[in-house]
Amino acid sequence: MRKRTFSIGGVHPNDHKIARDCAIEDLPLAPIFSVSMSQHLGAPANPVVAAGDKVRTGQIIGEPSGFISAYVHSPVSGTVKSVAPRANLLGHKIVHVDIEVEGDEWMEDIDRTPDIVREITLDREQILDRIKKCGVVGLGGATFPTHVKLSPPPGKKADVLILNGAECEPYLTSDYRIMLERGEEIVIGAEIMKKALEVDRVVIGIEENKPEAIENMLRITASHPGIEVMALKKRYPQGGEKQLINAVTGRQVPSMKLPIDAGAVVQNVGTSLAVYEAVQKNKPLIDNVLTVTGECCPQQRNLRVRVGTPLSFILEQSGGMPKDAVKIISGGPMMGWAISNLEATTVKSTSSLLCLTAEQTLRKEEGNCIRCGKCVDACPMGLEPYLLNRLARARKLDELEENAIYDCIECGCCLYSCPANIPLLDTIRVYKREVLAIMKNRASATAK
Amino acid sequence: MNKLTVSLSPHIHSADSTRKIMRDVLIAMAPAWLVSVWFFGISVIILTVAGVAACMLTEWLITRFMMKRKSTVSDLSAVVTGVLLALNLPPSSPWWLIVIGSIFSIGVVKMSFGGLGQNIFNPAIAGRVFLLISFPTLMTDWTRPAPLIGSVDAVSGATPLAVVNEGLAKGLTLDQIFTQNDFSSLEMLFVRIGGSIGEVSAIALILGFVYLLVRKVVKPHIPLAILCTIFVFSGIFWLIDPQQYTNPLFNLLTGGVLLGSFFMATDYATSPMGKTAMVIYGIGIGLITMIIRYFGSYPEGISFAILIMNSVVPLLNKYVKPRKFGR
Repeated sequence: MRKRTFSIGGVHPNDHKIARDCAIEDLPLAPIFSVSMSQHLGAPANPVVAAGDKVRTGQIIGEPSGFISAYVHSPVSGTVKSVAPRANLLGHKIVHVDIEVEGDEWMEDIDRTPDIVREITLDREQILDRIKKCGVVGLGGATFPTHVKLSPPPGKKADVLILNGAECEPYLTSDYRIMLERGEEIVIGAEIMKKALEVDRVVIGIEENKPEAIENMLRITASHPGIEVMALKKRYPQGGEKQLINAVTGRQVPSMKLPIDAGAVVQNVGTSLAVYEAVQKNKPLIDNVLTVTGECCPQQRNLRVRVGTPLSFILEQSGGMPKDAVKIISGGPMMGWAISNLEATTVKSTSSLLCLTAEQTLRKEEGNCIRCGKCVDACPMGLEPYLLNRLARARKLDELEENAIYDCIECGCCLYSCPANIPLLDTIRVYKREVLAIMKNRASATAK
Repeated sequence: MNKLTVSLSPHIHSADSTRKIMRDVLIAMAPAWLVSVWFFGISVIILTVAGVAACMLTEWLITRFMMKRKSTVSDLSAVVTGVLLALNLPPSSPWWLIVIGSIFSIGVVKMSFGGLGQNIFNPAIAGRVFLLISFPTLMTDWTRPAPLIGSVDAVSGATPLAVVNEGLAKGLTLDQIFTQNDFSSLEMLFVRIGGSIGEVSAIALILGFVYLLVRKVVKPHIPLAILCTIFVFSGIFWLIDPQQYTNPLFNLLTGGVLLGSFFMATDYATSPMGKTAMVIYGIGIGLITMIIRYFGSYPEGISFAILIMNSVVPLLNKYVKPRKFGR
């Protein structure tokens, strides 16, 4: 069978999945944890503990402060040392709850046994409530609160749920490992979301460079009618929401619309596992699997890490800071964020610590645009990055809007493929924000 | 503690570079050039060296003393222009001819617009046309290719298309012209057609083009559009009157069509970005070439066709957009 993929653009970076054969290990607890109140898209959570309070693992320490917001739970047991703003891994000041670890005492209503609970007893409303109470957010990167995504706005209905197991970013292997080691729980999570969304069809999309994962998921889904596994061609950014929907269903989410407008909801396989743990085991989202990788790293590891663990502690436990590393990235090399502050701590969606050397990552000198059109070929949204860059540098905001700069998904394919090393995405990103802000203002002005 | 670099994503690069692309183009031109050296000998080497040196020196002087910025010679694009210009000249050209052409190509056509990627017209083609208009006798004095090692000496003569035009003007039929000049033999057509340095062997040109395709330096759209247009256009006329209009295969293999469509029409800076625009651009070149050949006074035509279509490229880029996602 011909393997499917998205229809426009894309690039083929070498996949560098050097941590693929490392089984998931539990990282020991750091002596002190610092838990961010803003681990999700939307309004930050309000802290509900104060310095001196005793907390237990899984206890709520932050409550949502709006419709699009999420609960935050204590990842450890111990004493709250402080509730104060602190730099996160990008250097932004965010309120963090610092907890000094004492033992590891969990809330009693959490099922910590390794038994797999297969029967889904809760109804739709109870499922959504449980997912919300357990602070589950999308682990694919955007960290959108999962219960909101599973409640489509009135009048809109999904007919397919897509589980994102593409893991198209080079180096990352955490989704691959959980598909191998926690496949059955992921599929039960899919059943739960299928029930919540009231859809008949679930597709698990996995890129062909992970044959073992495809095989394992095929074996498990054999006994789950309505859930199928689809092998996809290897091509970045297949794991982008719009690209994945396009690859799996052939539909294109219309410009400026949401996946639900194409009748689809996409959830990461990691999110599906978190949904399983929340609904079947009553376990809040307090840990996730993270890959420590890079050719310069002394050890390649896939670690189950509690939320709020200091990044420096993770590196120490993995053989220390690699000598040649000049850049440490949270996430993949195409869309991840370069970390400036190793004293910062992990959040729910921290999927990797990727260490790169100067030779691998430092940018080369910018040259003249040779108008080769490689950026146009690479853009998965069908935009013309060279033109957007030129218009942006001339501050031609009207023309940027005409040329749909707002459709950019910031996948980085343009800059990746530019032979003249022009920082296309850097300028496009800045001006996309500006154009979007103008469009929003105009829309609210005309609405009045 | 390491010093950490912070920048926005993406953090890796395809390692593609302007220099690598130019190197691939040079490699792709090598078969045609080598065949030419085989047929015409040392003169080809002298012309090429003179062209490349003049192009590089002109660019270096302009960037260094007029634009006062870092020299861009190392990106190899000037070398490509030099070699291309050499491939476009008659093998009997004197060395100073290519030097003048090179100074015009780089100095006027390329650098005065801001250098690589900024020029509107293909430097090598514009250089060739400049020389053709300025030195018409030298530029139409063609040598019929004969191997260096062999009994036949190189014969001075006109290009096949010029021969045909002259013959037709004298009232001969195409059959007579083809038989007299041995134009029907496939060996002749594919391996040693008369013309400029670069177009001796169609096989060598095709080989180079396939290399460019495999290395993904160019897309097939422009050359295919040109070749198909010429084939269809000349095919129609040939079917109407095979004694007045040359056959499609002859039209594809003579007069620089292959050299022009593979290496000049595909020039990044002077061709469109989108695939649809590329096809329109290619069809335009094919049509103009054939109109010049059948109804104009120049026998070849493709140089002018490329130059004319070069000037349409900004319009094509503006109005023929690639299809966007979700619309």
